[in-house]
Amino acid sequence: MRATLTHLGAMVTAGVWRLGYAARFFGYLLVHSATAFRRFGLTVREIYFAGVLSLIIILVSGLFVGMVLGLQGYDTLQRYGSSEALGVLVALSLVRELGPVVAGLLFASRAGSAITAEIGLMKATEQLSAMEMMAVDPVARVVAPRFWGGVISMPLLAALFSAMGIFGGYLVGVVLIGVDEGAFWSQMQDAVDVREDILNGVIKSVVFGFAVSLIAVFEGFDATPTAEGVSRATTRTVVTSSLAILALDFVLTALMFTGGN
Amino acid sequence: MADPAIAQIEDLTFAYGRQPVLHGIDLDIPRGKVVAVMGQSGCGKTTLLRVIAAALLPTRGRARVLGQVTSDLDRDGLYALRRRMGMLYQFGALFTDMTVFDNVAFQMREHTNLPEDAIRDLVLLKLEAVGLRGAAPLMPAELSGGMARRVALARAIALDPELILYDEPFTGLDPIALGVIARLVRQLNDALGATAVIVTHDVAETLPLVDYVYFMADGRVVAQGTPAEVRRSGVPFVEQFVSGAIDGPVPFHYPAQGYGADLGLAGRA
Repeated sequence: MRATLTHLGAMVTAGVWRLGYAARFFGYLLVHSATAFRRFGLTVREIYFAGVLSLIIILVSGLFVGMVLGLQGYDTLQRYGSSEALGVLVALSLVRELGPVVAGLLFASRAGSAITAEIGLMKATEQLSAMEMMAVDPVARVVAPRFWGGVISMPLLAALFSAMGIFGGYLVGVVLIGVDEGAFWSQMQDAVDVREDILNGVIKSVVFGFAVSLIAVFEGFDATPTAEGVSRATTRTVVTSSLAILALDFVLTALMFTGGN
Repeated sequence: MADPAIAQIEDLTFAYGRQPVLHGIDLDIPRGKVVAVMGQSGCGKTTLLRVIAAALLPTRGRARVLGQVTSDLDRDGLYALRRRMGMLYQFGALFTDMTVFDNVAFQMREHTNLPEDAIRDLVLLKLEAVGLRGAAPLMPAELSGGMARRVALARAIALDPELILYDEPFTGLDPIALGVIARLVRQLNDALGATAVIVTHDVAETLPLVDYVYFMADGRVVAQGTPAEVRRSGVPFVEQFVSGAIDGPVPFHYPAQGYGADLGLAGRA
């Protein structure tokens, strides 16, 4: 019993210590982010790796999620004779929730894991130490461009996911099932509010972008410099990022859409 | 030693947490010389190199490198100090997402305002010195182990450092590559007028190459001198290390209870 409690206490202490270390790392990263903007080419390169190379999975997933929403939504709405509201259902579901959340989860799996693995391997092969020995700060030169590349990419990917999802809903609802096209688009246009729905969705995706990018670069930088350590860090990035996205989504939704919505 | 030391280690103790690694080390690295620090794996020689590189700070004692006490320096001071040093890592530590050319150009682009034409000329000069000018457009993954080590050497001397640190430069190389690296270490050091510290356990290649040797065991300096002096020193550890004898002060057997007891034979007639 005592051993279990000791073990539990050690785990909690280690967790709190690591959280504090991550917070200090985040502060240091922000202070040394000037390079990422002064030499914006470094960040553009990371936007390509984190954002452009994630486009396929984001667009294809968005299309299928939108198509499923179209099918499920029509099935439910037509029972109440409201099938014209399909466009509203698809758009609000995507813009408010599914766009930022699913794009965030995919981004964590595709780009977050790659960022962690890359930084972790650079550490394991002493590339970060070598950089430090050349009087170049690896946080400024390696970590910050990857972090800001992720932060910038995430909202754009979420927007593309939502746009593709709406197109998928249109394909199934209008083209395949035959919902009235005018009603599909006009009701969507009436019901979706730029500030309440789209802006809040964008805010969510920006927050998720910060969370996933920070977790990815931190796990890579803090990885044990062995093959097993990098593997564990990559797994932790996906698991922690996914949980962080879902938890943050609940908090943000509670703050944004309660009372009057 | 008429010239002042480029690095002085005084009563240095270093510990990783509560695990002591170096105990009361005193040594000087004379300017313009090639100095080897030799010893078994785990004796603390790489840790000592990292202390000289100011990557680790002493737990006790003092490391004065290029006229600066490393523990007195802030981050900017450390970076200013490191711009006067070069370091060759055991496996090169080349940046895998850059070509050979960009690896060697890295420090020039980071620390100077030289135009790209001048950087190109300098990089080709450094690569020519290690015989790899033709490999400039290759990626590190396309290089053999020996070539990667030579590129890393070209990168280490990119800014003409005063002090060059080598961490196990001969490990894992075939005899030809090993001979090439050994010769380059000596030639480049003499051509640049630099000082070199080589951490290694490769006796055959190192002793003919260096001016002075420190032997370490268990975190302490146990012998020092010119290669001829240490060969004649009569220190049992050095003799075992140089000759590669299987048994001696470093025993063949890991400490254990009696073999008979392990086999269940204790007490039998």
